[in-house]
Amino acid sequence: MIAEHAIAKLSPAQKRRRNITHALIAVAIIVIGIVAKGQFAWVAKFPRKWVVPLKNWITDFFEWIVYGVTFFEGKSYEFVPTDVTRGMIKIFEYQLSFTDGLFFNGFRIGVDPLPWITVVGLMAILGHWVAGWRMAIIAGGSFLYLSLFSVWAPAMDTFSLVLLTVPVVFVIGLFLAIWMSRSRRIENAITPFFDLMQAMPPFAYMVPIVVLFGIGDVPAMLAVAVFAVPPVARCILLGLQTVPHEVIEAGEMAGCTPRQMLWKVKVPTSRSTVLVGLNQGIMQTLAMIVLASLIGASGLGNELLNSLQTLRLGQALEQGLAIVVIAVALDRLSAAYAHKPKQYIDKSLPWVQKHRHLVFAGGFLVASIAMAWFIPSLRVLPKEWPLTTAPMWDAGIDWVLVNWYDNVQGFRNFVLIDLLIPIKKFLLSVPWPTFIGLIILLGYRMGGWKLALTVGLMITFPLLMGLWKQTMITVYMIGSAAVICIVVGFPIGLLAARSERLSRYIILMCDFFQTFPSFIYLIPVIMLFKVSDISAIIAVLAFALVPMVRYTNLGFRNVPFNIREAAIQQGATRWQRLIKVELPLAAPEIMLGINQVIFMALFMVAITALIGTQDLGSEINRARTGNKTGRALVAGLCIAFLGMIADRIIKAWRKQHDYQQSRNT
Amino acid sequence: MSAENAGNDVKISCRNVWQLFGKGADRFLAKHDNKPTMGQIVSAGLIGAVRDVSFDVHQNEILMIMGLSGSGKSTMLRCITQLLKPTAGEIIFNGTDITKVSARELNNLRRHKMGMVFQHFGLLPHRTVLENIAFPLEIQGLDGNERIAKARELVELVGLAGRESYFPRELSGGQQQRVGIARSLAVEPDVWFLDEPFSALDPLIRREMQDEFMRLQSKLNKSIVFVTHDFDEAVRLGDRIAIMKDGELVQIGTPEELVTNPADEYVRAFVENAPKAKLVTVGKIMNELGSVDTATEPVLVGAVLEDVAKRVMMSESAIPVSNKEGKLVGSIDREKLVSVLFAV
Repeated sequence: MIAEHAIAKLSPAQKRRRNITHALIAVAIIVIGIVAKGQFAWVAKFPRKWVVPLKNWITDFFEWIVYGVTFFEGKSYEFVPTDVTRGMIKIFEYQLSFTDGLFFNGFRIGVDPLPWITVVGLMAILGHWVAGWRMAIIAGGSFLYLSLFSVWAPAMDTFSLVLLTVPVVFVIGLFLAIWMSRSRRIENAITPFFDLMQAMPPFAYMVPIVVLFGIGDVPAMLAVAVFAVPPVARCILLGLQTVPHEVIEAGEMAGCTPRQMLWKVKVPTSRSTVLVGLNQGIMQTLAMIVLASLIGASGLGNELLNSLQTLRLGQALEQGLAIVVIAVALDRLSAAYAHKPKQYIDKSLPWVQKHRHLVFAGGFLVASIAMAWFIPSLRVLPKEWPLTTAPMWDAGIDWVLVNWYDNVQGFRNFVLIDLLIPIKKFLLSVPWPTFIGLIILLGYRMGGWKLALTVGLMITFPLLMGLWKQTMITVYMIGSAAVICIVVGFPIGLLAARSERLSRYIILMCDFFQTFPSFIYLIPVIMLFKVSDISAIIAVLAFALVPMVRYTNLGFRNVPFNIREAAIQQGATRWQRLIKVELPLAAPEIMLGINQVIFMALFMVAITALIGTQDLGSEINRARTGNKTGRALVAGLCIAFLGMIADRIIKAWRKQHDYQQSRNT
Repeated sequence: MSAENAGNDVKISCRNVWQLFGKGADRFLAKHDNKPTMGQIVSAGLIGAVRDVSFDVHQNEILMIMGLSGSGKSTMLRCITQLLKPTAGEIIFNGTDITKVSARELNNLRRHKMGMVFQHFGLLPHRTVLENIAFPLEIQGLDGNERIAKARELVELVGLAGRESYFPRELSGGQQQRVGIARSLAVEPDVWFLDEPFSALDPLIRREMQDEFMRLQSKLNKSIVFVTHDFDEAVRLGDRIAIMKDGELVQIGTPEELVTNPADEYVRAFVENAPKAKLVTVGKIMNELGSVDTATEPVLVGAVLEDVAKRVMMSESAIPVSNKEGKLVGSIDREKLVSVLFAV
């Protein structure tokens, strides 16, 4: 912390001198790198024999755990580690079989699953209880859509998985957050793990999960939990840490024990933030559902993968939409619940009146099941009823392919040959000492020696792992995608900030693209652009553009009104206002947006590897098919480190920026 | 109620209290023998929020801690209540040094002997008025019906009857603070702490709440430590005022003592606009008896200037001053009166 403040305190002359020194060092690093590349073979190509065989060690370790070790060998209670892991699976599988039975499987003893009409009705009642008629229509309507568009069974399968996963994720997140709120030290110790879990592509940790836990719904749940717990815990932690100071003091003065303080003061006071954490858990879970189906999650994700593999695009699109619909319904419900003010209920009223929604739901449950007994189409929709739009989408895509193909090819060749390939070649030709040196210099410039050391270690890791070339290709893909995201996303975000009407549509689009399964982007893009870097970049773009738009919008909206007014009063033109007043004030949010863009792009890189790029993603992908735990984890770590380098540097920049601003005011 | 008849019945005694913020503050303090100067504190990179403050709070008195923002007054209050552990010094509460008691004992003390009101109310947003007031009783372990009954009494007392089931966000600032006051009184505390309780309120409401506070105190007769940045409020409500500046106690005394005998320029600047005529008594400024026409009807030594002003101003010559027993103890003339009231 001292370091950034020291930089901010420098006089203008000292700052200029510092800039010149850094520029000279940068030139020196470049020149030395180029010269050394000509002189020494080990600079031009990192020697294979220097590579640290970490991935083999990890793979061996996991093999030893799975096949090589037995505890209490020879005793009657001897067991192997997989007994433990499989046992854990059993516990959850038991729970899951219950929700599965309730929603789509039925129970073996001859009880049918809930009729669709019951589920739709109950969701509507739930919606009404949370936030009135509008929410009743959204919640009921969403589930009605699922039943009408022939995705009912897989949708309920997914829904049942979500219903079990979300509470588990929430409870783990809650307790981690409580633990972290105990002390700064614990928080600082856990945060890097959260960073890593969030920056690591899910494919990478799916491999060890499969090795330890096998394939199926519950291992998939575990993978989802790894992905979803950090943001949930972070959100709840934020809530616990922002309980007003005086409320805590009031609790202390009342003589609260630590336990009373937590459960009677802190948690209830931060109720809405804690519930936003729950909301995050739901969204993250649904975002992972398709990926999770790669290791055996049944339901919509699985169906979607099948459709994609058989190139039934229209159907895949509909299944993707179904995931979005579930996500939107649960998102709106939980968000409304989070902001629902606690209402006073007159305790003297009779029980029935105090719990009108519950009574009504119970009544509806019985009545609808009875009705469905007599009218089978209320139980399961007849085959010929469900609607589908799939043929329309298929026709549309065919049309685009036929009519646009030639134009698109021209565009594709231009971008690929004249833009992307040169950039890629350039990056690959940069000597590794130069690249590492420049990253360290940047780290030093932004956050002093500590940051320089951190980013230096992180960027050296891929080199030592022998993955330098793949890493550079990843950097090139992410870099290109990020630049395009910024160029395209910034004006859209600015537009949204300027117009209330447009903003609503733009934010709606953002919500949609964020929950729409990212896989689906791949197929049309491949059809148009074939298997190439450009397809991968476009697929990344569709996903990673969202945060850029969101945060740009947010940044400009957060510019205080009085400052804008002052600028207008001083006679600034629109352009001057934008460049001199609003942009500097919105910069921290925009940088946060770029930070998110990089993370999302890295997330997509692992997915785009499915269409045959040659970066770190493909490394993971190849490891996945062979259950090579070490290979997957090492490549995953490389990706995670790339994200964390960007994250750390941008955060350090923000700290400097904030500090300077606070000094100015 | 005033300082004189409070006698020696000391409720809380603060002895050489220090509160330094920053790394290694206690080691720093020990190194400088508990007497570092401001310069030493600053150059060590520490913040001296409270520096070597000592004073007593007597039974049934209202002690005001007055100071501008950053003077350390709220920090001092938090040292007394142990919300902040002082870097050094003793806080003797009913004879025990509470800086040294265990967490359990401290909690016990807070549950039964202390009540506190906060500037921004510090109400629990998820609880109704009634549940907020009952909160300290719940923590005490009182059972449901008892604490609700008790809380209802307090709702009555602070004039919020009919709003028991409102949530804090549905109340105005003044009403929220009434809840805060009721909550702090729920456990019938020995000492009542108020941290700028009316600062966040509009001037009119503030006035009303001050009256309300006086009404409650006349009923309850608590020992009170009241923090404020408003000198008028301090004068209006306090029996004694402790003025703090940069973490130090500048002066402590009755409003009259501060007005007639300010310790330095800083205190003088505050008292300049104080309503002296309402604060200063005849006895404080009277001359020696001298050659006064003893036939004139005397004024009482304990009367405030406002009450005698007209007579003194109308009289050509000095007027004798007598004590309660009717014995003449001094005299007062209009020159003296004018010089005190208008500082000429």
